[in-house]
Amino acid sequence: MDAGRLFYIVVSGILVNNFIMSRFLGICPFLGVSKRVETALSMGIAVTFVMGMASVVTYVVQYALLEPLGLEYLQTIAYILVIATLVQFVEMVIQKTSPTLYQALGIYLPLITTNCAVLGVTLLNMQYQYNLLESLVNGIAGALGFTLAIVLFAAIREQMDFAPIPESMKGFPIALVSAGLMSLAFLGFQGLVK
Amino acid sequence: MNINDILTPVITLGGLGLIFGAILAFASTRFAVEKDPRVDEVREALPGANCGACGYPGCDGLAAAIVAGKAPVNACTVGGAASAENIGAIMGVEAQAGEKQVARVLCQGSLEVAAQKYKYVGIESCAAANALGGGSKACGYGCLGLGDCAKACPFDAIDIVNGVAIVDEEKCTGCTVCVAACPKGIIQMVPQSKRVVILCASLDKGKLVRGYCKVGCIACNICVRKCPEDAIVLENNLAHIIYDKCTNCAECVDKCPTSSIKNYNEVCTEQQAAAL
Repeated sequence: MDAGRLFYIVVSGILVNNFIMSRFLGICPFLGVSKRVETALSMGIAVTFVMGMASVVTYVVQYALLEPLGLEYLQTIAYILVIATLVQFVEMVIQKTSPTLYQALGIYLPLITTNCAVLGVTLLNMQYQYNLLESLVNGIAGALGFTLAIVLFAAIREQMDFAPIPESMKGFPIALVSAGLMSLAFLGFQGLVK
Repeated sequence: MNINDILTPVITLGGLGLIFGAILAFASTRFAVEKDPRVDEVREALPGANCGACGYPGCDGLAAAIVAGKAPVNACTVGGAASAENIGAIMGVEAQAGEKQVARVLCQGSLEVAAQKYKYVGIESCAAANALGGGSKACGYGCLGLGDCAKACPFDAIDIVNGVAIVDEEKCTGCTVCVAACPKGIIQMVPQSKRVVILCASLDKGKLVRGYCKVGCIACNICVRKCPEDAIVLENNLAHIIYDKCTNCAECVDKCPTSSIKNYNEVCTEQQAAAL
């Protein structure tokens, strides 16, 4: 296992192929919970947690169950099942073991069930034929990229509250425009790794 | 066509679901968190409409807040006295339910009595019509009758009759969703026991009101003078009833030259008569 490849996956996941900014996955929480930096960060942490675990579990499901039986076409539905269960399970465990963390993650944990970035990362892992470690690294890197984007965006939106914005552009219009500009900025990372 | 092609995926996915279900079932007992049982009890006592009138996200949110002591037991206006009493019993406090409030639409300007500025043919929404020069009614304070409140009402208590919204007192739970939905801001919460209501919201001068509406308040001051309890005041060209003082004597109702004051006791009998 060469460290170079892992580094490549990390840089690619966080910057070049950022889930929100260049793959356009997970837009719903990106717009929904990016009003304040704190909540955005909580969401990012929760996503990181779930994406990392989902990468590992779906890897096991893929190579221990689906592939031997020749059922690769069930990938998507099986992964959805895995992610939904995982989120529920993780929520229960956290609620029991760490009420403080549970309070901090709050509503964001169950919300991740429907976060397409989580499904996206697991499907991409298989598409790129990553091994277990690479899948895990890719999952966590992708989630860190998600966190980076959502926290930056939340910071921008916090600033926007004080900006003189024309009436018709207030709220979502200006948020969408800024998201587009951010995405353009992230485009600058294209070509950083090949 | 091999039957195994169908059976394998069905069994695999089914099995996967079963295993995951079992894991979750096990986890839910293994990692069960001791929750205050009162939360569920309080939740049961609430109406469960999730209308959000209390300001909490749904009835679950309110139940948690009540048990945590952050909200009073009578925080739910929709459940009214009955639910407040039940919750009070669960929480061990004496419930003081507020009097039932009902929504009143402060306008009687139906199509026959109120003049129109123009013919509105846009989308069926008061908010949209209001954006077009304040709507088609000549009166800037009138009900637009396109039913934003009726659509917003979670209890189906509002009907649009002849261009004006009518609230069904029996169905109204006082959740105030319609108050927020009305772009004209002419829906007001009034204690249900107060039967006499001035159904006009126009702040225009009397002459102007007379020009565009047959049932608007023209600020003639007659009701203010006739009221034996001094419960009516004139403010900004509009008569207001001070509900704390009003005794439902209905003296003002007959005296009003434009019949813009309504006695809801009579309205109810009229409606019942019409129903028969």
